[in-house]
Amino acid sequence: MSCCGATPDHEDLDAVARLVAGRLGAFLRTLRDNGFAVGMPEGQDAAAVMAAGYADRPGSLRSAFKHLFAARKSEWDRFDGLFDAFWLGKRVRSRVLASGSPQAANSPSLKSLQDAGAGERGPQGAMDQVPSEDAPRATGEGVREGASRVETISDTDFRKLADPDQVALAHEAAARLAKAMRTRLTRRDQLRRNGERLDLRRTIHRNISHGGVPIALVHRRRKVKPLRLVVLLDASGSMSAYTAVFLRFIHGVLDSFREAEAFLFHTRLAYVSDAMKERDAARALDRLSMMAQGAGGGTKIGESLATFNRWHAARVIHSRTCVMIVSDGYDTGDPALLGREMAQLRRRCRRIVWLNPMLGWDGYAPEARGIKAALPHVDLYAPAHTLSSLAALEPYLARL
Amino acid sequence: MRTRDDIAQSLAAFGYIADGELATAIALMQLLKRPLLLEGEAGVGKTEVAKALAAVEGTELIRLQCYEGLDQSAALYEWNYQRQLLAIEAHRGHAEGIEDQIFSEKYLLERPLLAAIRRATPPVLLVDEIDRADDEFEAFLLELLSDFQVSIPELGTIKAISIPHVVLTSNGTRELSDALRRRCLYHYVDYPDVDREARIILARIDGASAQLALQIARLVEGLRKEELRKVPGVAETLDWAAALVGLDVRDLKDQPEVVHDTLICLLKTHEDRSRVSREVSARLLGKVA
Repeated sequence: MSCCGATPDHEDLDAVARLVAGRLGAFLRTLRDNGFAVGMPEGQDAAAVMAAGYADRPGSLRSAFKHLFAARKSEWDRFDGLFDAFWLGKRVRSRVLASGSPQAANSPSLKSLQDAGAGERGPQGAMDQVPSEDAPRATGEGVREGASRVETISDTDFRKLADPDQVALAHEAAARLAKAMRTRLTRRDQLRRNGERLDLRRTIHRNISHGGVPIALVHRRRKVKPLRLVVLLDASGSMSAYTAVFLRFIHGVLDSFREAEAFLFHTRLAYVSDAMKERDAARALDRLSMMAQGAGGGTKIGESLATFNRWHAARVIHSRTCVMIVSDGYDTGDPALLGREMAQLRRRCRRIVWLNPMLGWDGYAPEARGIKAALPHVDLYAPAHTLSSLAALEPYLARL
Repeated sequence: MRTRDDIAQSLAAFGYIADGELATAIALMQLLKRPLLLEGEAGVGKTEVAKALAAVEGTELIRLQCYEGLDQSAALYEWNYQRQLLAIEAHRGHAEGIEDQIFSEKYLLERPLLAAIRRATPPVLLVDEIDRADDEFEAFLLELLSDFQVSIPELGTIKAISIPHVVLTSNGTRELSDALRRRCLYHYVDYPDVDREARIILARIDGASAQLALQIARLVEGLRKEELRKVPGVAETLDWAAALVGLDVRDLKDQPEVVHDTLICLLKTHEDRSRVSREVSARLLGKVA
């Protein structure tokens, strides 16, 4: 790398410094395009680092910049590749965005979820019940008279909703339901609080003005952790009639629960909370389809759960966490693995709820091997094919 | 300004075998006056970094262990209420000036954060397991780390006498805020490779031979590749090495029984213990030589 090593001439030094400063700006832009949170202070510090002699060798500059710019493990791992690509012109194995342009989606099954978008169907959208929407949104009028019309669809199976207006209503109702759950859960939480103890230190403090006579008592209240909801949604082809509604439900949950996380899985697991936190549901779904890569056929629930247990569980699960798995249980992976991973997950969290849309069908029995392996570890196995079956979950969650 | 190589050497002199990049991180801490955020699995030696840093700098280590519900009175300062009350009782009847007296430094209890900014020589402030503290505390810490001053209503604003070297550690049980991450330098502490782990054993365990240290490091590395619920960290490796040295094991291959029985130093759950059967430990031992 050409740099301000041992150049005695001042004019030269200035020229090199300007050149490097220009390149530094471009490097910061590259980092930002790749999702690093880099601001002005980091830029100034980077210049200070270069001035302090770290720019003499690429290796030391890379190491110094890595500590400065990376802020989490994923960035830490990607940084060396980005640095080498930019400063040393090496080819990089990992994906590097040269500009902010998002990569085209190459996931057929996730693309088909976006019925709130352009009404486009992916190749797997061949499910006959998937209604494609003509207009991206229902008209304002339709939305306003929602309340009464929701009732008529609240017991209709999601896959039988043919009318685009009805689909839109179901989506909104699902999102509203998620919000309503949150508020009611909170209220019950507070009513149940008890177990107050005296805080002696603070009582003395409070009563210093009374000469130490304890008139006003200070209590110590048990801090109640809010219930955290972790949703794992099966986005495979066999679920495609339901995923759109559940995505809206999850969007509502993430928006209104104080603590909630969401994952999608088909053949692998994807963390989608950040993408789903987009306020606008349609844009959130857009971002989702960009994130999913290489979704092939089949569903690997066991492997996806293994990924979850290995990499995410420690962070997203605490003692008051309810894990909600939404899947039909059709697993092309090894049922024994699924059983093992479910057992491990069970030990970590407070409750596992498995929602199976198929359970609402007449004459359905859990015959799929996957679901048979998983059922012994599930606390609540419930249907979720209509809005009222979703609403029926609320009292259960409230007791947790 | 000390170079990275100096820092790596002096860390090694105090028994901390750092990878090359950690020395860079410490040099940058001093250059940019930013805190250092260490992340990594439990047991890879994050806390040890701060201890070694304090030893290298020859200053005091002030440790704030975070937990859920940690608040200002446990982290920053608190008045010594009992003493204040005693003083009030003692001065009953001639109470002029008592208020100034009981709200003076004499009645102030320093907690770690306040202590860290009031030392004449900058100490090392270790904020351990910041991910266990609440979001509110994280925000408060962020403010302190940028201003380095504390305002106590009864006393006024206390400015930092010296800026401490701040090291934060996180196990990743909770996602930290972007603001805190941006404020800090970041270093991911990974499990050491075989060579470095062997050097760590040699530095820490008296009586371990170079050959034994290498064997132990290799076996632990093999064990980490097994599918375990709780992967053994460096601390566990050191425990095990100490146990083996204590049992007078010179060569792991000579005493496979002892090796298998002492694996309890490394495997901390029933499930892991039953997963590593005699066959597995024999297979791991086979790869060690």
